[in-house]
Amino acid sequence: MLTGQSISSPNNSVAIRTENLCRHYSMGEALIRAVDGISVQIASGEFVALLGTSGSGKSSLLNLVAGLDRPTSGTVVVEKHDLAKLSREELAKYRLRTVGMVFQSFNLIPSMTLLENVELPLRFAEVDRGEREGLAKQALDRVGLSARLRHRPTELSGGEQQRASLARALINQPRFLLADEPTGNLDSQTGTEIMNFIREFNETLGMTIIMVTHERTLAERYARRMIFLADGKLVGDQSNVASAVTRQPSGGAL
Amino acid sequence: MKTYDMAELAVRNLRESILRNSLTTVGISVGVASLVAMLSLGIGLQQLAGRRLQKSGLFDTVVVTSRRDLRGFNREQEENGPAPAESPALTEAARQQIAQLPDVLEAYPDIRFITELRYEDKPYLTMMAGLPFSAKNNDAFDGMQGSFFSSETAPEVILQKSFAAQLLGKTPKAGSEEPSVTELAKPLLGKQLTMRYAERTATPTDAPDKKDAANSSGTNSPAGTAYSVVSREITLKIVGVCDLDPDSMRGQARARIFMPLKLAQNLHVMQPSDLRDTTNMASGTPAYTTVEVHVKSPTQVQAVEDAIKKMGFNTFSIVDATRSLRQFFAVLDLFLGIFGSLALAVASIGIINTLVMAILERRREIGIMKAIGASDGDVKGLFFAEAGVMGVFGGVVGVALGWTIGRVINVGTNVYLKRQHFPPEQIWFVPWWLVIGAIAFSIVVSLLSGLYPASRAARLDPVQALRYE
Repeated sequence: MLTGQSISSPNNSVAIRTENLCRHYSMGEALIRAVDGISVQIASGEFVALLGTSGSGKSSLLNLVAGLDRPTSGTVVVEKHDLAKLSREELAKYRLRTVGMVFQSFNLIPSMTLLENVELPLRFAEVDRGEREGLAKQALDRVGLSARLRHRPTELSGGEQQRASLARALINQPRFLLADEPTGNLDSQTGTEIMNFIREFNETLGMTIIMVTHERTLAERYARRMIFLADGKLVGDQSNVASAVTRQPSGGAL
Repeated sequence: MKTYDMAELAVRNLRESILRNSLTTVGISVGVASLVAMLSLGIGLQQLAGRRLQKSGLFDTVVVTSRRDLRGFNREQEENGPAPAESPALTEAARQQIAQLPDVLEAYPDIRFITELRYEDKPYLTMMAGLPFSAKNNDAFDGMQGSFFSSETAPEVILQKSFAAQLLGKTPKAGSEEPSVTELAKPLLGKQLTMRYAERTATPTDAPDKKDAANSSGTNSPAGTAYSVVSREITLKIVGVCDLDPDSMRGQARARIFMPLKLAQNLHVMQPSDLRDTTNMASGTPAYTTVEVHVKSPTQVQAVEDAIKKMGFNTFSIVDATRSLRQFFAVLDLFLGIFGSLALAVASIGIINTLVMAILERRREIGIMKAIGASDGDVKGLFFAEAGVMGVFGGVVGVALGWTIGRVINVGTNVYLKRQHFPPEQIWFVPWWLVIGAIAFSIVVSLLSGLYPASRAARLDPVQALRYE
């Protein structure tokens, strides 16, 4: 199945481009090549799955694209911005406006209610108080959590928490959604629920999705392109035309 | 992030670990309280000392001397001034000129002389001074037994307590208790003293008639340098014995018995300065050794002093004398402030500790905030705001606490004073600037303490912070 051949999106412009991207850590004496010379292009509107075993460097690659980490060498260009050249301040703004992130462990702030959690990026974006609450309610409504506004994350199920974190990722209307094992902590039914939301964002909002996962079947069902990593290197890149047509009914087994 | 949002988030974060943050805030409060209590006592004591000085009645007095006379009190200033020979003499004209200065109530010559007084046929040698009639309303005569002079020229005297004791042969021995004024006044009031003195009778060179010159009005007369001295006697009635020392500013030369100033002037008693007149040829007209100037309020003393100095005279006031006292209190306040601040310094370490702990605990939260778009500045500002909020609360509570502590000490001291039969005193005072200053200081110290934790939080690597469980 691994073609090793880069496939560019047929109809859209290049949104993310990495060139010989490297991220090396030194751990004691050993040098860990988490990302080791990856060159890849992702078009705007794509739904890409980053696949690989644990330690293959897929999360590290996602963090570089998310602007959470800086490359050791090489470039990562997102919408013509070379992230390596952005200042810390500009990088923060990039994370705030351009990308939204969801994590395996949801990463909601436990001391805040759902509404406050979703509102938080709006505070950083200096949106007025009056406007904030409306926007946050709208976003929570979209993921079906209107009834849970005043609850704290610990009072909710994992699926509900991940839905809230999706709402938070969307609140500043980013063009990219970066998901790091979004269903990793969920049972298959709620996992499907979350994946359907992500697919909806891709299809109706035209968001570019990059999802890190180690589940091949999940990637095949939802992503339209699969990038395979091993030891920090790109080992495969294939399109998955089937995903577009094999839509599973909500609640179906993976 | 907007400042308001930052403050709001800071308050809610502080409320999350309410116990620890309250304890830290209590630490700041105790620091501020100790600072406020220390300084309020220092200020209170300073004011108490000031009130005591003011009670002496000389706080609003400027003493003027001529530079050509005896060396003044302030040599440095004197050396910078004009040469003694060129300085103006302290004549009646000069006195009137001084009396015309703004804020000056009155300017009168200081007349004092050593004289022999006979009481019950025993001679006593002492310093007599003329007392202006305006001194009647002076606080210095608080607790005086008897009454003030009946008129401006009445042949009456007021005794200082120690002289009264001497007349009665009750000179207190070291260690024994001083006799009270009441005790001393009882046998003396209404009694008579005989004063023997030397009258200076002017003999103008152009008018050798002694009698005419004597009739002219005292030192005011345009007399020449020639004069004769006649021995005279006058009987004086004791009308009062005073407790306080109205002449305390004089030091060694202070008088122990007082007569009305007008009377003293009319007597033309020869003064020590007259001797100098005979040798100092530069002096054409008689001049006063000293003129005392009463100023409307102590705050105007400095301005009046400056104006008189410009006229070419030396001046001395209790303001000068209190300068060293004020210096002492400045040093005292400084030390009290340092001790007070020490507690605040300890409290600031508490803030640093609390916030550094908070960073460790909230590492993941910081990572999350960064991942969803918080800038370094946002994170830094948030921790900074938390330190600031603790500073505000700590400052406000601390001022209230310090105010209470000072008040309690004041009440306690007064209970003690009452037991020792002393009148109550206000030894504690919190001026408004101390309230504002202490709160501001608390905020500044807290913010400074927050600097390190805040920048540490801002520097956190989000990837590592997110990995942290």
